[in-house]
Amino acid sequence: MKAHTEHITPVKVYLAVGISLLILTIITVAVSFIDLGPYNITVALIIASLKALLVAFFFMHIFWDNKLYLIIFAGSLLFLTIFLTLTMFDTETRGSIYEEKARPINSEAPIYQRN
Amino acid sequence: MSNATTRPAFVQHHFADAEQQRESAKLGMWLFLLTEILLFGGLFVAYGIFRAWNPEMFFNAHKALDVNLGTINTIVLITSSLTMALSIHAMQLNNRRQTIMFLLMTLIFAGVFLVIKYFEYSHKIELGQLPGKFYTFTGIAGSNPHIFFSIYFAMTGLHGLHVIFGMFAISWVLRKTLKNEFSAEYYTPIEMVGLYWHLVDMIWIFLFPLLYLIG
Repeated sequence: MKAHTEHITPVKVYLAVGISLLILTIITVAVSFIDLGPYNITVALIIASLKALLVAFFFMHIFWDNKLYLIIFAGSLLFLTIFLTLTMFDTETRGSIYEEKARPINSEAPIYQRN
Repeated sequence: MSNATTRPAFVQHHFADAEQQRESAKLGMWLFLLTEILLFGGLFVAYGIFRAWNPEMFFNAHKALDVNLGTINTIVLITSSLTMALSIHAMQLNNRRQTIMFLLMTLIFAGVFLVIKYFEYSHKIELGQLPGKFYTFTGIAGSNPHIFFSIYFAMTGLHGLHVIFGMFAISWVLRKTLKNEFSAEYYTPIEMVGLYWHLVDMIWIFLFPLLYLIG
């Protein structure tokens, strides 16, 4: 029988990751009270992504495991990004289409002229 | 079957060895987590669209949420993730007693999270800060603040259901641990429940700043 190859993470690593997550939580709350204009959401999402990566890599063992799991995880994030980006391209640019539609029809245009 | 005599009892007959069984279980679990990310993804996209359309209203409406309770809940959930990871670590070292203790702690933290969520929800229900046509609150400036609460209840509600399901799953592996079904050689179910629980934590890590910490 094959030897047991599972990586056993030292408790120290788990504690360090846990404490980092708590510190990052406090930082993100503190930063939210400072007005950075449009950058508030950017900072909040960067900190949240950092926390999510810490959870995925160390608590969920992606760092030590078969890289196939990392590919699946990254794949879900990739398709979520495509979903979000393409949808926002649509919903954020509809205004200009509505403006175009609102323009009055020019009855003098050649296409409306009968022979 | 040359290895029939050396096969441990926990390896199902259709796997070559324990290693393959473990890896297969993990692969299946990660595929399930992928579907979970895409399920919540739809709600995150809805959040993105409506926030981009109503930035002022989102800012005004998010003040109705209690940042202190949100922060406490984030800390509670992160700590529960840590105890979940430690319970698996204890089982890897064959320390059953510690595994039971850490699983119980995870369950308690999950319970605390839900109790705090219950107080937040009941406060909002009292004030009429509810989704869609049930919205009766008048203290928020900007058009259509009920949209914010539709998104708030949909996202935290689905997340809350996941926490409840997670508590059942943790109780299930806790029962198996108490019945002495796991050892340092076989603890895959605890590991799978752990992966699920960390994902629930990860989703909250994004929900918290997006809902409670706008601007």
